[in-house]
Amino acid sequence: MSVVGATLQVVFVGVGAPLLVGVMRQARARLEGRAGAGIRQPWRDLRKLMRKQAITPHGTGWVFRAAPLLLAGTTLVVAAVVPLVTTDSPLDGVADLFAVTALLALGSVALALGALDTGTAFGGMGASREMTVLALVEPTILVSTFALSIKAGSTSLGAIVTATADNPLSVISPVSVLAAIALAIVTIAETGRIPLDNPSTHLELTMIHEAMVLEYAGPDLALVEWASAMRLSVLLGLLAGLFFPLGIAGADAGPLALAVASIALVLKVGVLGVVLAVGEVFMAKLRLFRVPELLAGSFLLALLAVAASFFLA
Amino acid sequence: MYIQLLDLACGAFLLTGVLVLWRRELSAIVWLFALQGVALTALVVILGVRQDSPELIMIGVGVGALRAGLLPYLMRRALVAGGAGRETQPLVNVATSLLVAAALAMLAYALSQPLVRLSPTPATQTVPIALTVLLIGFFVLVTRRRALSQLVGFLLMDNAITATAFLTTSGVPLVVELGISLDVLLAVLVLQVLTTWMCAAFGGTDLDELRELHD
Repeated sequence: MSVVGATLQVVFVGVGAPLLVGVMRQARARLEGRAGAGIRQPWRDLRKLMRKQAITPHGTGWVFRAAPLLLAGTTLVVAAVVPLVTTDSPLDGVADLFAVTALLALGSVALALGALDTGTAFGGMGASREMTVLALVEPTILVSTFALSIKAGSTSLGAIVTATADNPLSVISPVSVLAAIALAIVTIAETGRIPLDNPSTHLELTMIHEAMVLEYAGPDLALVEWASAMRLSVLLGLLAGLFFPLGIAGADAGPLALAVASIALVLKVGVLGVVLAVGEVFMAKLRLFRVPELLAGSFLLALLAVAASFFLA
Repeated sequence: MYIQLLDLACGAFLLTGVLVLWRRELSAIVWLFALQGVALTALVVILGVRQDSPELIMIGVGVGALRAGLLPYLMRRALVAGGAGRETQPLVNVATSLLVAAALAMLAYALSQPLVRLSPTPATQTVPIALTVLLIGFFVLVTRRRALSQLVGFLLMDNAITATAFLTTSGVPLVVELGISLDVLLAVLVLQVLTTWMCAAFGGTDLDELRELHD
């Protein structure tokens, strides 16, 4: 059954991620008084990009061409191992949070290297900014999930979610609350949303993610866009699973439980996405030099979560 | 359930204390202080319900009225009178002070170990949190320039002292608590008058600007 669950997760993330982006854009558009392009627009964009001819800038090497593939590949692997629909993953032996964080970081690093390979000012700037954010995000993810793993007694994400699902009241503790806030901030940072980065600009000098992908075109760009959408949905799904594991199927669950879990996943991620979009409408982007402050704050919260889990247990 | 609610109240207490370091707008800081007052009230009321002592619940309500109602109200009035709404430039920048807060939390946990070991109940196990807020309050007091944010630092320390008292002794006599609360209220009133005076005399409350004596 575990293979079915993992396949479901990959399919859901692969197909659903652009739709999630569409829902978020639609929510923003409605709140800003625009009609919006509909939730299938990201898929239409991807289809259009896929049909174009693949071109690479003059003078770039294999690093530039391999980066989108590596980004999409690592994200798909993470989608397969993270407990979204089921806690029972075929890769459970290797699927602890360190592996997941490392895979996510590997994708980011690949994209940054690809941006450096173009040799343009924008690419280098975007890469250096991405690395600044990444260097602050990684320890926070590790420390905050470490706080959760102390309760469960294991760093395996499946075990953490199972422990929370068995004892739902344990979410109402300072450990979970502090870790949840820290993880929510790093999720926003990792996926490049307001207030850290503006995903809809191409001309602003403050952009991070968009500066790195400026040189990509055609199918490569489609791959990068698709992978970023998938990262967003995987991280939102992980957030929902860790702190609100209602409906996630446990080990040896039947088809019915898997169906219920899938509906729960779509609902939870959808709600989180809409909340994020609504937040973005009412918030302005932080200036770049304020970003380390925000991330230092989330690191502090994660550290306090670990400390609290030792002393309040 | 009792332990979880108590831990949650302590978590909120700590969170609001930490967020004071994070925010720059003075109005947001005052708002956070009011929230911390609510968390402190919840803490005392939960302890009171647990021990079945109406007196403790009464004290809790009184503490809440003072720290979540009256003191923030007074500070907001001072803020309106003072004009400028931002902490201009703390002596230690915000990112560094957040990391210092992390170190202070570790220090508080280390220091309160013997205290917790005296009688390890759920209430005393949360004492490190109160001590962390105490140290953070002291840090705010020494690193901020505006009179109002220094005042918030002082009041954070006082909140933390109150929380420690209730968590360790499970019930301060009413007279002692009243005396402390009145002292704090008096201090705030005096400081509010001082702030208004400073604004009238110098046009701001940035304490680093006050280098020479006026008469």
